[in-house]
Amino acid sequence: MTKGQKISLSKSDGGSLTAIRMGLGWQAAPRRGLFGSRTREIDLDASAVLFADKQPVDVVFFQHLTSDDGSVRHTGDNLVGGAGQGGDDESILVDLQRVPVHVDQIVFTVNSFTGQTFAEVQNAFCRLVDETNGQELARYTLTGGGQYTAQIMAKVQRGASGWSMTAIGTPANGRTFQDLIPAILPAL
Amino acid sequence: MTAELVRGQNHPLPGTRMEIRVSAGTPVVAAVSLGDEQGRVVGDSTQWLAHPGVPQLPGIEVPRQAAAEHRLAVDLGAMPPAVHRVHVLLALPGAAGRPGAPAAFGAAPAPHLAVTTTEGAAIAAFTITGLGAETALLAIELYRRQGAWKVRAVGQGYQGGLPALFLDQGVPDAAAVAATIDEAVGRELSRSVDLPPVPRTVTSPRPPATAAQGAAQQSAPAAPSSSASSGAPASSGPVDYRHPRRRSTPPPAQPPGRTPSGSPYDTPATPAQPQPPQPAAAQGSGQPGTPHTPVAGDATGWSMEERLHNQVWGMFEDLSRTVAAYRSAVDFAESRFEQELDRLLADPRTRGGPAAEAARDQAQARQFALVDQARAVLDRDLAQLTAEAEVVEPALPAAFAGWENPVWHAYRVPDQPPLAVRLGALTLPEAPELRIPLLARLPLDRGLWIDSSEDRGLAMETAVAIAARLLASYPVGGFAVHALDPAGSGGKALAPLGATGALAMPPPAAGVAGVGEVLNRLTERVDLLQMALRGGAADSLPPGFDTAEQLLIVNEFPYGFDDRAVNQLRYLADEGPRAGVHLLLVADREDASAYGPVLDPLWRSLLRLTPLPSDHLADPWVGHAWTFEPSLVPPGSQVLTQVLRQIAAARPAYGA
Repeated sequence: MTKGQKISLSKSDGGSLTAIRMGLGWQAAPRRGLFGSRTREIDLDASAVLFADKQPVDVVFFQHLTSDDGSVRHTGDNLVGGAGQGGDDESILVDLQRVPVHVDQIVFTVNSFTGQTFAEVQNAFCRLVDETNGQELARYTLTGGGQYTAQIMAKVQRGASGWSMTAIGTPANGRTFQDLIPAILPAL
Repeated sequence: MTAELVRGQNHPLPGTRMEIRVSAGTPVVAAVSLGDEQGRVVGDSTQWLAHPGVPQLPGIEVPRQAAAEHRLAVDLGAMPPAVHRVHVLLALPGAAGRPGAPAAFGAAPAPHLAVTTTEGAAIAAFTITGLGAETALLAIELYRRQGAWKVRAVGQGYQGGLPALFLDQGVPDAAAVAATIDEAVGRELSRSVDLPPVPRTVTSPRPPATAAQGAAQQSAPAAPSSSASSGAPASSGPVDYRHPRRRSTPPPAQPPGRTPSGSPYDTPATPAQPQPPQPAAAQGSGQPGTPHTPVAGDATGWSMEERLHNQVWGMFEDLSRTVAAYRSAVDFAESRFEQELDRLLADPRTRGGPAAEAARDQAQARQFALVDQARAVLDRDLAQLTAEAEVVEPALPAAFAGWENPVWHAYRVPDQPPLAVRLGALTLPEAPELRIPLLARLPLDRGLWIDSSEDRGLAMETAVAIAARLLASYPVGGFAVHALDPAGSGGKALAPLGATGALAMPPPAAGVAGVGEVLNRLTERVDLLQMALRGGAADSLPPGFDTAEQLLIVNEFPYGFDDRAVNQLRYLADEGPRAGVHLLLVADREDASAYGPVLDPLWRSLLRLTPLPSDHLADPWVGHAWTFEPSLVPPGSQVLTQVLRQIAAARPAYGA
């Protein structure tokens, strides 16, 4: 899917989707030089910010792994990446049916906590998956993403007929989600 | 420059004083063992192992609790000459861990260790990758080589946990040593939470009392469970997507069965992952479109008792979270209304007149609509939880059930203690009818304090109800109750306990001397047991040593206590639970105000319960203030007397 494209999360048979997962995977880039095989640790973090009427009301990230209402859960911080070699190293699960009624948008972001830009990360990607059938809804390749340390990835928003997803894909800079709030607001 | 080590690689150390920093992403226990040239341990366990229970050895200091980040101070110059190898060990906290903690290192981020100078400059670092079902690790080794020290990256994992690791290092009583560590960690943890510890993700079946005989029995369950957890279904992938406690979701093939109104926080498991053992009933009514019918025991566990226990805790968490969602929606609706009102008032064109009235009404309607929506969701969840509570409450075993539950009329003295006992029930103002049982794990890991400031008589009645429940929960001879009532005011309340023959109480007339005598005995007992456990000689206690758990009820503390007795009581509160001595204090904090702040740590270490409903307990997830109501015998009911009579009748049959 392309930047700004919007897809509805309702199924063809009319039932709407109930659970989605954001996955983030990466491997550290090898550093050239005297010790060519040495890799440096890169810590990417996935976060989800819950908005009600354009105000952030809750956030799920490595220090707050479950939203207070329990609908959004982070499966745990991965500090080095590469564990799955192509699989998701961090995941955020959203039970859309459980999201509190006032929350109308959830924005997913990726940050480089250790400060390396996406140019230095290998095999980095983030994706949104329909948890009920494992189908990939959106996928971004972060590697080669230039001199940026963060990306506003996508958002899901509540509409009259259920939830829909919009790909954002805006690059940004920041260490944690707090630095990204100004970059997120225009996308809401 | 930092050397990034791979498994097996070594690196010289520039000095003898250093720090080892551990970051694991999940709470882990750090320990250090000292070995000779062959890597076998040196001396007895008080000399060769630094762990949370024994945090300091010459040249070594380790943290007292499980944490995601650790700093270990090491001075190799202070090592005894016999020590040639210093091993840094990491373990998942096992039974003592928090809910949702990973069951194996494979489900946690890769642990990272860095050896640094005391100024913090990195010398060498090592990331332990490629782990699976291991629950304990020999992470790195510092070793002597030709008079100098070097570091080696080891990264050896053990599926059998610390017992297996210690066995490998030639420790004869590996399980007992591992149990000591588990207990020390659990104790530190209990200070930091307001509620009793929540069961682990996957709990092993109640293990038979194996290696640690005799008096060490109360510590035994911790040891085998840490090794057994590796045998439990470990996640195959790097992350475990299943909800930590409520895992009974059917596989994705039939998700509609639960998702519409099923257990709220379930997320379908990925098909590749092994499902934990489930009761047949746990699948529920999986018909698409029909609401999920709650079933008692609809949680994971090895026995029905454990499943019910986990289900109760699952309901507790679900209620916390659903109420949190409701409250945040209501708060938001209110603040949005106020903001809209402010905007209307700030603009002169909209400040007055019929248009302003209409705009105001509209804003108000928006607020009400959102609140109604939130209320509807809350009502749906409350209905589901209420239906669940209605099937769960009657199914509870006696130890988990209220005194009004008919199961108490069919009471029989048990063969082994239950997983937990009910202390009372918790409610939130949004759902005053929905009572969540407050279950405390056995053996109790912290003392209880019944606050008698509101009603002294009822406080003592509450204490007796709890003591009787504990007494009824243990096998004959497994639990003994002592009472100190120097003022004599609790005599009537204590009378039913006395009839069981299990109550030891000096006469009130004995005064300070009587108090001192009981405290001396219990203090000696704790000291003796601690020595035995530390020395790994739990089986060499004197013959005839009473192995029962001991409960000390103190009425009207600090009446009748002198300074020495107060100090002994503080010692018992701190050290007692590990040695099977538990406190049940009935006190009004005001009465002890003359002691000033010195007693504050004592009050903090106890779990405060009230005889009258009071909203002072916080849940561990969201921190709502829950109203606690003790589990009391219904007025006029003879059930307590009957139960105690049964216990008394069973005693002679066992020669107790």
